[in-house]
Amino acid sequence: MKILVCLSNVPDTTTKIRLTPDNQNIDVAGVQWIINPWDELALSRAIELKEKNPAVIEKITVITVGNKDTEPTIRKALAMGADDAIRINAEPRDAYFVAGQLAEAIKSQPYDIILCGIESSDHNGCAVGAMLSEFLELPSVSSVSFLDAENGTISLNREVDGGYEKIQTSLPFVAVVQKGIALEPKIAAMRGIMAARTKPLQVIEPANIEPLTEVSAYELPAAKASCKMIGADNIAQLVDLLRNEAKVI
Amino acid sequence: MSVLVYIENWDGKFKKLSFELLSYSYGIAKQLNTSVVALSIGNVAEEELKKAGNYGVSKVISVNDARLGQLVNQAYASVISEVATKENASVVVFANNMTGKAVAPRVSVKLKAGMVSGAVALPVSTEPFIVKKKIYTGKAIASVAVKSAIKIITLAQNSFGLVENPAEVTIENHTPALADKDFATSVVESNKQTGKILLTDAEIVVSGGRGMKGPECWPPIEELATLLGGATACSRPVADEGWRPHHEHVGQTGKIIAPNVYFAFGISGAIQHLGGVSSSKVIVAVNKDKDAPIFEAADYGVVGDVNVVLPELIKLIREAKGQ
Repeated sequence: MKILVCLSNVPDTTTKIRLTPDNQNIDVAGVQWIINPWDELALSRAIELKEKNPAVIEKITVITVGNKDTEPTIRKALAMGADDAIRINAEPRDAYFVAGQLAEAIKSQPYDIILCGIESSDHNGCAVGAMLSEFLELPSVSSVSFLDAENGTISLNREVDGGYEKIQTSLPFVAVVQKGIALEPKIAAMRGIMAARTKPLQVIEPANIEPLTEVSAYELPAAKASCKMIGADNIAQLVDLLRNEAKVI
Repeated sequence: MSVLVYIENWDGKFKKLSFELLSYSYGIAKQLNTSVVALSIGNVAEEELKKAGNYGVSKVISVNDARLGQLVNQAYASVISEVATKENASVVVFANNMTGKAVAPRVSVKLKAGMVSGAVALPVSTEPFIVKKKIYTGKAIASVAVKSAIKIITLAQNSFGLVENPAEVTIENHTPALADKDFATSVVESNKQTGKILLTDAEIVVSGGRGMKGPECWPPIEELATLLGGATACSRPVADEGWRPHHEHVGQTGKIIAPNVYFAFGISGAIQHLGGVSSSKVIVAVNKDKDAPIFEAADYGVVGDVNVVLPELIKLIREAKGQ
């Protein structure tokens, strides 16, 4: 089986977001770039599956839509344990554009399992994985919190309100994964970091796809009013404020 | 032209979320000078379907096919796209919940319709069509212009509220064209809790962090949640330590919630945690560290020991409620 993991290159989740003076962009000066946390968990699970079932999982490929400056993030994925990588040489413009590019790039290369994180921590779109499955006319399983491939048999759980469901699917398929798919992100070992330098990274040019949306302006949320502090010996006042001022209890 | 809204049901019943979506869709329809058509998939009684009329909906299309009793992403996307085309929909609205995230992007590709996920308000303008959404988990807001003829919006939960507009509603049963290839996935086993208030639906959420000291300190958190008719939650370290189950984890990589009030006990308020709760209407924080970042996000704060403050709070709320 071959696994493809789709990666998004995003600012570190602790980044303080600033805008450019014209509000037309996020100011990326000094931003640390990382693998989108959900994609990182997806890749971590793919690597765990390959380690557990080396006879079943023959290869893990990672793919991203991004300019050359995303390559350090791709190398990090290779250092974690992906076998090779594809970079589609384009600035990601919207979810439709990205999913369309991914679909064009892989439609001639069969993968059995395609993993996407449920959302990216930058635009919180929650769309690329399911869009990709539609472009490829493949089944998709959403909110996947468990995936196994023991002896080549796929077991999958998807999270639903109040619990989970075990899902059966035909192959190939797209799993849109969320937290729980792997407990911890895989940490790249020194040997992996060395090996990553020479693993294949194929760069392909984008297909002609027009995005359907664009951001016309950015803004920062209004500053929150300061917190009303109540003494630890005066909880009665807190109860009064919650009942009569905020009216929430 | 019309605004089509997909309203999910839970065991044949709609929820507040469904009515919020209807209220929002009616708002868009008014902006566009058109009407709202609601689509229900699954076995929902006529009496329940008619409730949509309270929120300005003039027509409800009911698709009740045994094969659609469980969410099958491909099949649902096909049905919704078919109905959108039949109703000449220019906007299709979903909830930004698990079902919306699973289905709306597929409909987007089928209809070549640009999508705004997690919209927080009605469109700012309809010509051009611009909708605001939070990005970076609430750290910024983007105005997204949709350029395609058909637009898809998924609405962030609890961002619009309920607006009643009683209307005469007709129910139309529709039999969609279903293709076998759309049923490549199926549910083989279901494990769901019933009867408990879901975290993402709860109006009141009581949450604990590492400052609670250990899993044995959770009974008062549960007691307060029960007392207020709310749900319990926790921070990421608590879930990672195994003190509480992962499905209770709220934060950037856990559940994103927007209750009326969020109680944070012993939670320092890391930026990733705040990302998951910052849409709460009111945040109450109790922490022994006066410099904890949670106080920057909170509306009401108490610097103190959670194990002293929490029992006192429970006692006083009981008294205030006359219990």
